[in-house]
Amino acid sequence: MKNISGTKVAKGKVVSAVLLKDLRIELRSRVVTNQVLPFAGLVMVMFAFALDNDDVLERVAAGLIWLATLFSLFMIVQRSFAIDTADGALDSLRVAGIDLAAVFFGKAIALALKLIALEVVLICGAVLLYRVDLSANGLVLLVTCVLCATSGLAFVGTLYGGLTAGAKGRETLLPLLLLPVVAPVLIAATRATEAAFGSGGAQTSEGWAWIGLLTVFAAVFGVGGSLAFGSLIDE
Amino acid sequence: MSQVLQRTSATGTRATRVIGATSILVMAWVVVSGLLLTPQDVVQGESVRIMYVHVPSAWIAYLAFIFTAVASASWLISKKHSMGFDRFAGASAEVGVMFMAITLVTGSLWGRLTWGEFWQWDPRLTTTAFLFVTYIGYLAVRRLEGSVEQRARRSAVVAMLAVLEIPLVHFSVVLWRSLHQGATVLNPNGDVKMDDLMLFTLFSGVVGFTLVFIWLVLHRQRTMLLVDLANNQGLDSAIVARRAEGSAN
Repeated sequence: MKNISGTKVAKGKVVSAVLLKDLRIELRSRVVTNQVLPFAGLVMVMFAFALDNDDVLERVAAGLIWLATLFSLFMIVQRSFAIDTADGALDSLRVAGIDLAAVFFGKAIALALKLIALEVVLICGAVLLYRVDLSANGLVLLVTCVLCATSGLAFVGTLYGGLTAGAKGRETLLPLLLLPVVAPVLIAATRATEAAFGSGGAQTSEGWAWIGLLTVFAAVFGVGGSLAFGSLIDE
Repeated sequence: MSQVLQRTSATGTRATRVIGATSILVMAWVVVSGLLLTPQDVVQGESVRIMYVHVPSAWIAYLAFIFTAVASASWLISKKHSMGFDRFAGASAEVGVMFMAITLVTGSLWGRLTWGEFWQWDPRLTTTAFLFVTYIGYLAVRRLEGSVEQRARRSAVVAMLAVLEIPLVHFSVVLWRSLHQGATVLNPNGDVKMDDLMLFTLFSGVVGFTLVFIWLVLHRQRTMLLVDLANNQGLDSAIVARRAEGSAN
C-alpha cells in the first residue's frame, strides 16, 4: 500500500505508530487511570454492597471482574474513537493511503494494553475485597485467560468502535451492539477465572477448556475485524 | 424523480395481492383449525395450540435472518452493489425481528403453562434471545445517519459479523450449560406422536406464515425504496433551490 506521496509504508510501522499515538494520548490525558479505573473499582465495591454476603462474593468474583471489564470497555472504546473523530483524525488516516487493517491492529493492541492494566487492578481488588484464593497453577490459567479474553475484547471493541465512530447516539448504540457479541467472552472468561480461583469447588483443569473458546473468538474477530474495519470507517 | 416517485408510489402488485389474499385464507384456516378443530394434547392440554403460532414464527424468524445474511453477502460480493439487496436485507431483518418477538413471547407463555417457568436457560432459547438482540442492533445500525451507500455497507458488514457471532454464542451457551447442569428442558423432539389434523394445521401455519413473510418483505422493501427516492428528491430540490439562489445573486 502506498501513501499520498507514493512511498510504501510498512504495515508494522503503521501498527506501531497508531499504537504509540493511542498510548501517548492516554499518557497525557490519563483517562483510563484517572476515570475508568476508579469507575471499575467503584463497580466492584457496589457489587459488594448489592450482594452483601462474603460467601456469595467469593463465589461470583470471577463474573464481577469480567462484568466490570466489559463496562469499562465501552468507556475506553468510546473515548478512543471520540478523540479520533473529533478532529477528523480518522478521516485523515483513511485518506492517507495506509493499510486500514494495520490501523485496526494498532488501535486493538492499544486497547488490549489498557484493558490488561485494568484487569490486573480488578483481579487484585477481587483478591483483597472478595477474598478469593489464587494458587500457582491458577495463576498460569488466569494469565492465559486474561491474554486470550482481552485480545478478543480488544478486536471486537475496536471493530464496533469504528462502526459507531462519529454516529449520533453512539454512547447507547455501542453497548447494544457489543454486549451480544461479547457474551461468549463473558461466559468463557468467567468460567476460566472461576477455575483459576477455585470458586465453588471448580478445578483448575476445568478452566483450560474455556481458553480454547476464547482463542477461537479472538482469532475469528481478529481476522474478521482486519477485513471489515476498513469498509466500516470508509465514507 | 417525481415521475419515478409517482410511478412507484403504490407498493402492491398483482403478485402481492394474490400472495396477500392466499395468506389470509390460509391463516383463517389455521385459526379455525388450531383453535376449534384440532384436539387437545394428552399431556399439554389446550396449551398445545400455542404451537401453531410458535413453531411457524420461529421458522420464519430464522428464515428471515438467513435471507438477511444472504442478501447482505450478495450486496458485498456484487460489483454493482445493487441497493435492492440492501433493502431486501433490511426488510427481511425487520420482519424477522417481529417474528422473533412473537416466538419469544409465545414460547415463554407455553413454557409457563408446560414447564411452570417463563424462561429456561436452555441453549436454544438463549441463542434465540441473543439473535433477537443482535438483529435489534442491526436495525439500529441501519438507522445511523449517512448516505444510502454507507447504510448498505455498514449494515451488510454487521449482518456478516452476526453470522460469525451466532455460532460462537450458541457454542459457548451449549458448553456453559453442559458443564453446569444437565438438560432441564422437556425435549419436545422426543417421542412426539402427532394427530394428523394437528400436523396438517402446523404445516398450514408454516405455509401461511411464510406467505405473510413474503408479502411483508415485498411491501417493506418497496416502501424503503420510496423513502430513499423521497430523500433523494428532497436533496435534489434543495440543490435546485440553492442554485436558483446563486443565480439570483
